Amino acid sequence: MTQTALAASESPTGNLAVSELFVYYGPKRALGPVTMLVPGKQVTALVGPSGCGKSTFLRSLNRMNEMIPGCHVKGEVNLDDEPIYGPGVDAVAVRRRIGMVFQKSNPFPKSIYDNVAYGLRIGGLTDRSELGGKVEHALKQSALWDEVKDRLHESALGLSGGQQQRLCIARALAVEPDVLLMDEPASALDPIATAHIEELIHELAHNYTVVIVTHNMQQAARVSHHTAFFYMGDLVEFDKTETIFTKPKQSRTEDYITGRFG
Amino acid sequence: MSRSTEAQPSLRASRRPRTGDAVLWLATGLATLLVVLVLLVILVDVVKNGAPRLTLGFLTQAPSDGMTAGGIFPAIFGTLALVLLMTVAALPAGVATAIYLHEYASPTATATRIVRIAVNNLAGVPSIVFGLFGLGFFIQFVGGGMDKLFYGGNKVFAQPALIWAALTMAILTLPVVIVATEEALAAVPRELRLASAALGATKFQTIWHVVLPQAVPGILTGAILSISRGAGEVAPILFTGAAYFLPTLPHSLHDQFMHLGYHVYVLATQSPDVDATRPLLYATVLVLLLLTFALNATAIVVRSRMRKKFSGSHA
Repeated sequence: MTQTALAASESPTGNLAVSELFVYYGPKRALGPVTMLVPGKQVTALVGPSGCGKSTFLRSLNRMNEMIPGCHVKGEVNLDDEPIYGPGVDAVAVRRRIGMVFQKSNPFPKSIYDNVAYGLRIGGLTDRSELGGKVEHALKQSALWDEVKDRLHESALGLSGGQQQRLCIARALAVEPDVLLMDEPASALDPIATAHIEELIHELAHNYTVVIVTHNMQQAARVSHHTAFFYMGDLVEFDKTETIFTKPKQSRTEDYITGRFG
Repeated sequence: MSRSTEAQPSLRASRRPRTGDAVLWLATGLATLLVVLVLLVILVDVVKNGAPRLTLGFLTQAPSDGMTAGGIFPAIFGTLALVLLMTVAALPAGVATAIYLHEYASPTATATRIVRIAVNNLAGVPSIVFGLFGLGFFIQFVGGGMDKLFYGGNKVFAQPALIWAALTMAILTLPVVIVATEEALAAVPRELRLASAALGATKFQTIWHVVLPQAVPGILTGAILSISRGAGEVAPILFTGAAYFLPTLPHSLHDQFMHLGYHVYVLATQSPDVDATRPLLYATVLVLLLLTFALNATAIVVRSRMRKKFSGSHA
């Protein structure tokens, strides 16, 4: 294991290097400056009270912030030395490599199969057998295959909440991204479905860099290797999860994770 | 008395709000009854007087004997042709405008606001004004220009015609199509757009594969409602293409045509023998009503079918 959270050289790919990142909504600073290295092929949890900027930070990692009118970003984010905010870099291309799962599961009103195939099809894949193989692989990765393999062509809206969220994860994985961003992916789910998702996040870290926003401290402790604590738009502390939860350097971090405020 | 006010509120409600309820119930109920009665009287009158003449011959023959005998087939044909052409012109333009306004134009830009105000005002313009506009713009300006360019000044397009009536009607119905499409687009959940964008879809791909399929039922509803409005409008086509009587069906876009709504007006005001024409008039009105009802019913069926299909309540 590395000595500090910031040294992630052992991870070959999927590192996200953030430097001097600011995000503004109109004239108002929502976040920054943030400088941190999100290590590849590990799970990084973002925690902090509501409005602290953690979701804003997450969205700035795959340029989903640009969907919000009035939002602009200053600073740099590099995915394995490729600047995602570089001149001429297309946000569409960035999002194909850095996928996202949302708080509320949002399957398209299409069949299960078509949901998972969506990203592949818009990427230009038309070969039926290749599509089928990738859809199956993605559904297996998200631990949903056994539950849906007999009804792939039924509507995705017929699935339970937890299944829908795993479908959204499968859909994001199908395009084979390097990084998966998750915005409170289990906050709308019951404890059993949450346990499923957490297990899944563990598994995913073998192949993907996972960044997860969560309000649930136990969840952050359970699933993540590293934890970043945000407060009022600032990155207060970023370290190994174990360190953050046992001997944080900042008193504000300790206050928050022990539930004294927030 | 004083004891009862100090005690817990009784489960028996005080009289006063009940009286208010009853009055309101009575007033609103009577108003509703009045509306239903008026509709019923109209319907019963039209059906009772029109139905006996509604024969196959009436639907398939041309008027004869100075409108006192025969049928209304040319008017049905003309109405359908007009509505079809109008839809072909209005639907793509309206849907495209709505997509631009809702998906691409900046909602705060002055230009966007002006376009929106223009669209809303277009919806409020009296239909006879559209008729005059059609006469001036389409027939005299566009038609006249085409005749000068292609027909050596002979009058081919610079006169009332099916195409000009259809285009005038298309402009009249554009606001309905635009507003209905915009509402349908706005009803598509933002989460679906985000999901699509997060999968690396371009804006066009998101609109094409996610937004439009969701919006289709709403768009179709708006389209059919505008069609059924168009089918009944007479004022815009008075100057732009509808004919009093024609011996033949229109066989090109620059021919005039007969129209159900206009035919009703003609039968009611221009007949040499009012008593002989009256049953024909009633039957024509009945056909026009049935056509409009059929269109509205189609709208409802199409919408619910599409809803089912897209909400995925079956496979």
